[in-house]
Amino acid sequence: MATAEEVAKAAERRDVRDRWLLSAPALLVIFLAATGPLLIVLVYSFLTPGAYGDVKWQFSPESWISVFMERDIFDDTLSIAGAHVTIFLRSIKLAVVTTIATLALGFPTAYFMATRSEKTRDLWLFLITIPFWTNLLIRTFAVLQIIRNEGIINTILLKLGLVSAPVQILFTDTAILIGMAYVYLPLMVLPIYASMEKLDFRLVEAGYDLYATRFKVLRKIIFPLVKPGVIAGSILVFIPALGAYVTPVVLGGGKNMMLSNLIELQFGQGRNWPLGSALSITVMIIVMVALLAYVRNAGKSGVRHG
Amino acid sequence: MNWKTTASAMGLALLASTGLARAEGVLNIYNWGNYTSPDVIKKFEAKYNIKVTITDYDSNDTALAKVRQGGTGFDIAVPSQTYVPVWIKEGLVLETDPGKMENFKNVAPEWANPDFDPGRKYTVPWAWGTIGVVVNTDAYKGPADTWGIIFNTPDELKGKVNVVPEMNDVMFAVNKYLGGKQCSTDKELLKKMRDTLVAAKPNWIAMEYNTIEKMGAGDFKATSDWNGSALRQRLANPAIHFNYPKEGYGLWSDNVVVLKEAKNVENAKLFQNFIMDPENAAGLSAFHRYANAISGSDKYMPADMKDAPEVVIPADAKPHGELQVLCQPEVQEIYTKIWTELQK
Repeated sequence: MATAEEVAKAAERRDVRDRWLLSAPALLVIFLAATGPLLIVLVYSFLTPGAYGDVKWQFSPESWISVFMERDIFDDTLSIAGAHVTIFLRSIKLAVVTTIATLALGFPTAYFMATRSEKTRDLWLFLITIPFWTNLLIRTFAVLQIIRNEGIINTILLKLGLVSAPVQILFTDTAILIGMAYVYLPLMVLPIYASMEKLDFRLVEAGYDLYATRFKVLRKIIFPLVKPGVIAGSILVFIPALGAYVTPVVLGGGKNMMLSNLIELQFGQGRNWPLGSALSITVMIIVMVALLAYVRNAGKSGVRHG
Repeated sequence: MNWKTTASAMGLALLASTGLARAEGVLNIYNWGNYTSPDVIKKFEAKYNIKVTITDYDSNDTALAKVRQGGTGFDIAVPSQTYVPVWIKEGLVLETDPGKMENFKNVAPEWANPDFDPGRKYTVPWAWGTIGVVVNTDAYKGPADTWGIIFNTPDELKGKVNVVPEMNDVMFAVNKYLGGKQCSTDKELLKKMRDTLVAAKPNWIAMEYNTIEKMGAGDFKATSDWNGSALRQRLANPAIHFNYPKEGYGLWSDNVVVLKEAKNVENAKLFQNFIMDPENAAGLSAFHRYANAISGSDKYMPADMKDAPEVVIPADAKPHGELQVLCQPEVQEIYTKIWTELQK
C-alpha cells in the first residue's frame, strides 16, 4: 500500500518527466542547431580539400598540421607556421587593445550615466543605444569619412594651419583601433552601467567619510562592486573583436590579415575548406580557454557583492 | 557578412520560386553585383514577356560553391573564363550550343572559339577586359606602362599605391613582371615572385577593391585595376590614366552559361541569343563599362566609350595581352601560401 509520501513522490516524478518530455522538442532543436553546424565544421577539418573548393571525403590530418606547422614551399622542410602565428597574435592583440580602450572610455561614461538623476539616466541610455540602429558597415564608413586624407579631421587641421600635409590615419593600425573602439563601445558601457546603476552610492560617501582618497574609493569600493559588469563588458567586446572582419578591412586597407580574413581566404580564393575549418575551431578553442581563464581568475579574487 | 548574403540569396531564391507560379515565363539570373543593365533587361522582358530576377554574387568562388550545392533556382550564371572549364568539368552547365544560335554570327572572331570553351558549346560572351595599372598623373608623370609601378614603386608613389587583392591576378602580374610563363611551376621563379611581393608591400598603402571611390578621393595615387573601373575613374578625374604593362597584362572574359539545374531552359537560351545582338550588347556595355566581344556593337556604344583607351586597346599594347587561366591545384596551393605569407 502506497503511503501518502510515496504517492506524492510518484506525482513529482511524473511531473518532472512530463516537463522533460514537453521541453524535449525545443531542447532537441537547440542542441541540433548549436552543435550540428559545429560538428560539420569539425568533420570537414579532417577531410581533404577538393581541387576547386569543397571537400573530398577522404580522411586527412593535413589541415590540422598546417594550422600549426608549415611545409616550406621550396625545400619541403616542416617548421612552425610563422604566418599563422603572426596573424593569430595580431588578432589577439587587437582584441585585447580594443577591450582596454573601450574599458577606458566606457567606465567613466557608465559612471557619468549612473550618477545622473533617475529621469535623465533613461535619456543617456537611449543615446548610447542610438548607434545600434545603424548597420555596422555604415558606421565604419562614417569613421572612414572622418579620418581619411581629405576627410573632416584633416580638412580642419589643414585649414587651421596646424599641419602642412594631411596626417595619414586611414589604413594604419590607429585607424583600425579608432574604428573598433567606436563600434564596440556600447557593448562595454551597457553592462558596466547595469552594475553601476545598482551601486549603493552611500558606500562611496562612507568611504569619503573615512578619509579615503578619490582614487582609493574608485579602487576599493566602486571597482570591486561593478566588477561583474566590467567582466561581462570585456567578454562582450573581446569575442567579437577577435573575429572582427569588416572594420580591419575597411579602415586598415586589408594589407595585413586578421584571423577572419585568413579563414575567409581558405573558403574563397585559397580553396582549402578543411584548413579553414581547422582554423575556425582553433579560434573557438582559444576563445574558450581565454574565457575560462578570465572567469576563473575574476572569480578567485573573492568579491563581496555589496 | 556571409550569413547575410546567404540569407538574402535564399530569400531571393524563394521569391524567384514563388514568382514561378505566377508569371507566364521567368528567368532567374545569377550574376556579379552592379553588372546587369536594367534597360537591357527591361527590353528582354518586354520582347519575350518573361519576368527576370537577378541575384548578385561577389566572387567566382562564391558562385561556384553555391551552384555546386544545387537547388539554387537560378537559370543563368556568369563565371569568368578562368572558372568556365571548372563549371564544365563539374557538370554544372548545360550544353546549349550557342555556336549554332542565330546571333552567334555577331561574335567577334577572336572570341568565337576561345580555349576555355572550344567551339562555344556552352558559353556566350558577356564582357571582357584587361587588368593593368592606373596612375594619377598629378602625382607621377613618369612612364607607367609597367608592373614596376606596383612591384618596384617609384619614389613619388611610395605609400600611395593600392593593390586589388585578387590573388590570381596579383600572381599573374608578378609572374609577368619577372618574365615568367603564367602558372609556371618553376620553384626558383615562384620563390622570386614571393620575394618580389614581400619586398614591394611596404610601399603599398592598401589592398582593397574600392578603387573608384578611393582614387577619386585621393586616398590612392596609383592602383592595379580592371579597365572598366579605370574608365570610370578617368571620367571623374581626367588626370587618372590606365596603362597596359609592357611585361604582359591579363585579359579576362565573363561568360553567360545556362545551369544544368535550370528550370527555364528555353528562356535562358533566348537570353543567350538576345545578348549577342549588337545593340543589346552595347546596352550591356553602357552599364558595366567593359567591352563586349560583339562585332558591330561599336555603333551603339555610348560616346565616351567609343574611343576610350581603356576599352579599345591601343595597337602597340595589343601584343602584350594574354588570357588568364586558372592554374592547376598544386600551383594554386603555393599561391595561397605566398598570399598568406604576403599578408601576414
